Amino acid sequence: MTYSKSQDPSSRPAGLDVEVTVPDSIAGVERVQSVRTPIRIEYTYTPGEALSAYLRGMKDKKILAERCPKTGQVFVPPRGVSPVAGILTEGPVELPDTGYVESFNITRVPIASRPELEPPYVSAWVLLDGASVGLMGLVINCQPEDVKLGTRVRAVWKPDDELEMAATNILGWEPTGEPDVDIVDIETIGQKGDLE
Amino acid sequence: MADDVLQAPLVLEYPFTRTTGPVVGAFLTGLREGVVLGVKRTDGTVMCPPLEYDPLDASPLGEMVEVGQTGTVVSWSWGGPPRPQQPFDRDVAWALITLDGADTPMLHAVFVDGPADMSSGMRVTVQWRDERHGHIADIAGFVPSEES
Repeated sequence: MTYSKSQDPSSRPAGLDVEVTVPDSIAGVERVQSVRTPIRIEYTYTPGEALSAYLRGMKDKKILAERCPKTGQVFVPPRGVSPVAGILTEGPVELPDTGYVESFNITRVPIASRPELEPPYVSAWVLLDGASVGLMGLVINCQPEDVKLGTRVRAVWKPDDELEMAATNILGWEPTGEPDVDIVDIETIGQKGDLE
Repeated sequence: MADDVLQAPLVLEYPFTRTTGPVVGAFLTGLREGVVLGVKRTDGTVMCPPLEYDPLDASPLGEMVEVGQTGTVVSWSWGGPPRPQQPFDRDVAWALITLDGADTPMLHAVFVDGPADMSSGMRVTVQWRDERHGHIADIAGFVPSEES
């Protein structure tokens, strides 16, 4: 049999209908159906100047972003380069630890490798006041049903004596109780920037 | 820059479990039972380790046959000390080994003292693990064959 390009690409693969015959040595035994093939990669991660400043700021509960000199966009966490203009960003730009929910997702099934995340939980892109891109985090200290597009939130930090140079200092984001940002304004508040 | 460069360990891990399909599943079943299986290709030759489809014409394959547990080293390279996650406690050579009765080689480890003990054409025999689960690592590796 030869492969033909005219074969219907949505048809069932022919191999699934082949009767597999085995020698007597394994004829009566239970067949292996799956195999574990874990992949594990260990790095030493070096964050670079902009992200190093961000992580050092985290130890003092400061959120340090960087600004693109061409478009004015503010990136957090900063990577040192503007992904839009392709040039070095400038900073630091200190942002407040307040913003609003730009988009969110309610997860209702557990993840085996993250037992600390007890469903249902809300993960969200939080657009910090003054930022141009969202920051990923959990919305906490409220019911999932209370989270809406535009819900104003504030960072919940670890206790001062547990602060490290790590983004995990922010445990999550809790609603401030302020009025929601109008959904019509959501597309225009974050400085989207323009190369023209 | 006055501050020291920050660095931290970063581990990426994906705990995949993959389903094996009938042919590869039969191959792994054989390993668990202490036999090595190949699959007959459309031209009558035997491919080991087996695939579900013939690499030449993509036709589905399904006739499993038992091959020998001794074979010939086709080519090899010295692997040196094992990496942290490799299941070896000693240096190994990596070799392509064509088992007796098979027409294609499989890649596996050969246990010898050093590269001077390796050569293309040398005969090697499977060394099975005591506990087998249906995995390629059920073959601990190969050792030089004692046949003359």
